[in-house]
Amino acid sequence: MTNSRSELTQIVVGIVRDPLGLVGLLIVGSIVFCAIFAAWIAPYDPVAMNIQARLEGPSLAHPLGTDQLGRDTFSRVIMGSQVALKVALPAVFGAMFIGLALGMIAGYGPKWLDNLLMLLFDTLRSFPTVMFALAVVALVGPSLQTVVLVVMATSIPTYARVARTQTLSLRNSEFILAERAMGASVFRILGVHMLPNIIGVLAVLAAMDIPTVIALEAGLSFLGLGVKPPTPSWGALLKDGYALIRQTPWLVVGGGLPVILATLGFTFFGETMRDVVDPKLRKQR
Amino acid sequence: MLSFTIQRIGLAVLILFVAVTAMFLMIRAVPGDPVQIMLGPRATPELQALLTAELGLDQPIWKQLAIFYGNLLQGDLGIDVFSGRAVTDIVFQQLPHTLWLILASIVWSAGLGIVIGAYAAAHPNTIIDRIAAAISVSFVAVPAFVLALLSLLIFAVHLQWFPAIGAGDGFWGALDHLVLPAFAIGLSWVGYIARLVRASMLEVMGEHHIRTARAFGLSERRIVMVYALRLAILPVVTVIGVGMGFLLSAAVFAEIVFARPGLGKLVIDSITTRNYPVVMGAVLVSTGLFAASTAIADLLNAWLDPRARSAR
Repeated sequence: MTNSRSELTQIVVGIVRDPLGLVGLLIVGSIVFCAIFAAWIAPYDPVAMNIQARLEGPSLAHPLGTDQLGRDTFSRVIMGSQVALKVALPAVFGAMFIGLALGMIAGYGPKWLDNLLMLLFDTLRSFPTVMFALAVVALVGPSLQTVVLVVMATSIPTYARVARTQTLSLRNSEFILAERAMGASVFRILGVHMLPNIIGVLAVLAAMDIPTVIALEAGLSFLGLGVKPPTPSWGALLKDGYALIRQTPWLVVGGGLPVILATLGFTFFGETMRDVVDPKLRKQR
Repeated sequence: MLSFTIQRIGLAVLILFVAVTAMFLMIRAVPGDPVQIMLGPRATPELQALLTAELGLDQPIWKQLAIFYGNLLQGDLGIDVFSGRAVTDIVFQQLPHTLWLILASIVWSAGLGIVIGAYAAAHPNTIIDRIAAAISVSFVAVPAFVLALLSLLIFAVHLQWFPAIGAGDGFWGALDHLVLPAFAIGLSWVGYIARLVRASMLEVMGEHHIRTARAFGLSERRIVMVYALRLAILPVVTVIGVGMGFLLSAAVFAEIVFARPGLGKLVIDSITTRNYPVVMGAVLVSTGLFAASTAIADLLNAWLDPRARSAR
């Protein structure tokens, strides 16, 4: 365990040393902080209306102004970080673990199963993401769960393919052959010996996937097909802002900046983490 | 090359078949009667029965699937429930708008991305390279629809340099209306392609024929522009093919934000009016387009680079 802990420390140190990584870590850290302590940070109730104070510009009382119902934009931005992470984290980690399992099965199992799974992955990837999301939303109706489900379905193939490639390359390595010769079970080989060699690469992929997912959630909510009002999502803010773009610029700015910041932060973080964990990966994507 | 071509096209067809079948079954598996959803709660039973028969929903599922494919192969995607027009007509009327938008985005972003990437690779690890790298990462990260909204706010509403809505008339009008949406969709591609070209350029620059060219005393400029760049832009071809899916997705947002006609706007409008045949038709066509473009990109790549023919 001490070995893996020092590895973790090395990764953190490596990320902090890179200026891009440090910026990313700070942004990611503050978003997570905002999400956890949202209820304390937000100065107002994000769904409390105040018709007298509608469509105000920035002021000391409302740092980012108010929307058409007099709701405080800043509070909605802060609470929005919760929605963003609530979608992104389960979707990304869910997809990662399912992709990991399927990819390892494809890489280690019989050839026909591999072919079948590869066809499944190729098929899932053959839909343009947003078009697929729209088709699913049209069928089952918009909700937070739908968004999570769609994101998982579209990103499982990426994880699975990487896990499969890694499994294939490890499959005939000497230490796995030795395990097999000693009569280790499939579960032991996959779970104990292969998993630690694959999970690192997938974790990097996951970190780099989070911004895509945050953007997709915001995008679907912007189209009115993601989380339902009055939930304060960044995308919902942008939706209101778009409708009122000629009256006030502050809703678009208030909804847009956190999305950009979040995607930038997670991308910087993910990229630096990739370089630290495995410099060879730099070329692949 | 021929066997690779046949294999690759066969794979594309197989994938499309599975994808379309899955989508068809998904529509049928969803709880809720599509007829009821389309007609609303106040429809008479006679009307419901009529539409059910018209849509073929009273047939067994395998027969529905067979009929669906039969129609599909004849270019029939069904009938729009409201206007009674053929879905194929509606979709193909909107498709060119989306294709122009995507083409415009690819042209400007690939052009600029190749220039930045090549310049950065020719001056590796200088301050300019570092700045180009930081800008590339940032460009990649910014979501297209947020960029579309912000550019609408700044350049159309505030500065009024460009039109905010529609697709415009005539060549110059259309071009004028393309600027902002193409900018919004393309920007992340500038960063992406710049990084790709830089990486592949650096690889090419280390190869023997470049060393030979240097030994012959060719100018650095000539080496970069003629010998290295020609090889280094090969991966861009594949990436653009795969990127069609991304661009089709981003176009949906650009079309909504700038109120442009196109596939994306068609889908969103049809979802709001619960016009399912149109939604499915448009999604189907965009999926087909994506599958075709990835296959074409793979084939182009195999033609340009024989090493790619053996790999899957």
